[in-house]
Amino acid sequence: MSLSSPSRNPESTASRRRGSGDAGSVDLARGAAARYDARHRGWWLPWLVRTLLILACLAFLSPFAWLFSTSLKPTDQLSIMPPIWIPHPIEWYHWSDALTVFPYGQYFANTLIVTGLVILGVLVSSAPVAYGFAKIPWPGRDVVFLLVLATMMVPYQVMMVPLYLVFSTLGWVGGFKPLTVPAFFGDAFSIFLLRQFFLGIPHELSEAARIDGASELRIFLRIIVPLSKPALATVALFAFVATWQDFLAPLIYLQDTSKFTLSVALYTLLGEHGTQWQLLYAASFLVAVPPLLVFVLAQRTFIQGITMSGLKG
Amino acid sequence: MTRRHLIHGLLFISPWIVGVCLFIAYPIGASFYYSFTDTSMLGGGSWVGWQNYVTLLTADPLFWKSLGNTMFFAALSVPLTLLLSLSLAVLLSARLREVNLYRTILYLPTLMPAVAVALLWLWMLNPDNGFVNAAIGALGLPTPGWLTDPSWAKPALVLVSLWTIGSPLVIYLAGIKDIPEEVMEAAALDGASRWQRVRHITVPLVTPMTFFNLIIGLIGAFQYFTIPFIMTVNSPTGLGSPLDSTLFYSVYLYSKAFRDVQAGYASAMAWLLFLIIMGLTVALFRSSARWVYYAGHTERA
Repeated sequence: MSLSSPSRNPESTASRRRGSGDAGSVDLARGAAARYDARHRGWWLPWLVRTLLILACLAFLSPFAWLFSTSLKPTDQLSIMPPIWIPHPIEWYHWSDALTVFPYGQYFANTLIVTGLVILGVLVSSAPVAYGFAKIPWPGRDVVFLLVLATMMVPYQVMMVPLYLVFSTLGWVGGFKPLTVPAFFGDAFSIFLLRQFFLGIPHELSEAARIDGASELRIFLRIIVPLSKPALATVALFAFVATWQDFLAPLIYLQDTSKFTLSVALYTLLGEHGTQWQLLYAASFLVAVPPLLVFVLAQRTFIQGITMSGLKG
Repeated sequence: MTRRHLIHGLLFISPWIVGVCLFIAYPIGASFYYSFTDTSMLGGGSWVGWQNYVTLLTADPLFWKSLGNTMFFAALSVPLTLLLSLSLAVLLSARLREVNLYRTILYLPTLMPAVAVALLWLWMLNPDNGFVNAAIGALGLPTPGWLTDPSWAKPALVLVSLWTIGSPLVIYLAGIKDIPEEVMEAAALDGASRWQRVRHITVPLVTPMTFFNLIIGLIGAFQYFTIPFIMTVNSPTGLGSPLDSTLFYSVYLYSKAFRDVQAGYASAMAWLLFLIIMGLTVALFRSSARWVYYAGHTERA
């Protein structure tokens, strides 16, 4: 009855496990399931999973392949069916055209400014607010926090019209302020994420500092913030991606074409060059490059952040 | 002591308090007020009582059309998204070494700006020259007219929405990883097949994730704007073509507010939307006690 070579009979393995109730036998049973599966469920199972995943990945990647292929095609090859994947000759100039047909550099800069300001605003405002909800024990705190969560459920359309009218009265319509100023007053999702993270930092740290006479501000800046770099990075990343691709807000607030962000500019490109798909595709990808690049470089932080928001939500 | 904490607490959350007052509480109250007036975006308007609501519910066929379109889309897209993302997450949870590569690829489309996604799929869904029909045709299946056919335009948008399921996928994956090994091992040792384990252990234990993805998905579906706006606005008949089959609620609201400059009317539309979303959310929360299983934790969030 050597446990290193489990018998073929699943019953005896199970009863062996049930029979001894101490932790040691659980350790020995660990891996028994994998071995059982390997013997009874077929060596082909991992390969089946692999095949399905590869098929799924190919399906998800195919639009990108289509994008690149189309962006290099001569116009007379665009409508040939079945599609030509590698065009002959390859027209690279659509990509350089995409940068010159509209002031890409200007729009890139605009988008960068708006996005940068939003990231700054979100970090600077949401972190202290999250600290207030996580680390300071004040009466009514958790009830008010429910209010933060409730505000996330209000559809943007409800606030859209009065907000526009307010900004219009202030004379801010046409500029970047309606897009950036609200970020400096806290963002519910970021507050939520940071609050969950701060709650995970042991209370003893802030309590000890409090007993030593440190002010809340000091505790926040000197203890909590340095320990929260991953969470702050996550908040910055999410804010970056969300703002970079935002369409509705720039659509309604920006009127002067010189102030357009890339999303709105891409949309106007559709109106002006409706059938030049090579151009539109090249331009689309150029607009998508920054978020894609940021993700590839900071993958783990991204995935951790989504996990954090979903698990505690 | 507590008083000091109270002062400090309020001080720290003061940016949020100001923000809520300015950008949430005031607009909510104001839009409620506007919905009973015929205010125009250009200023000026007077009290009209329930007129906007009455018109919307009885004399505006586009209200019902756009609401129906949005609900159809939600009813198709949300369950399919949950199904697809859970299935892929289960596959990804198998211990393969190159799992991170697959996960990255599946998540990548989520990072594409919505405008770029719209442009990409516009040509991809072209009935005669697009990739989708080329692939379908190669399999010998009939090729629908997609965005040119009123019966296929919404399914086309559902298809597009299935490309960007990265977020629910990652959340499901985290939930699956959270399932204690002992549970799976006990089941395996008791003779449960992989499929049985997925059906009777994985699916019930990730119901918190399903709940989260469901709520987020529904709210997103009802506010769906950029993709339907771009994918149909450039056709000759204007927004929501063909035949208003892709006129989504938020697109109609936008056109009422910013093209017809009817701020009061649009506000009434917004409040009806709010009521619908709230109703669905409350119903889901209530039902969650029956089908969501929080393993081990019984305290509320």
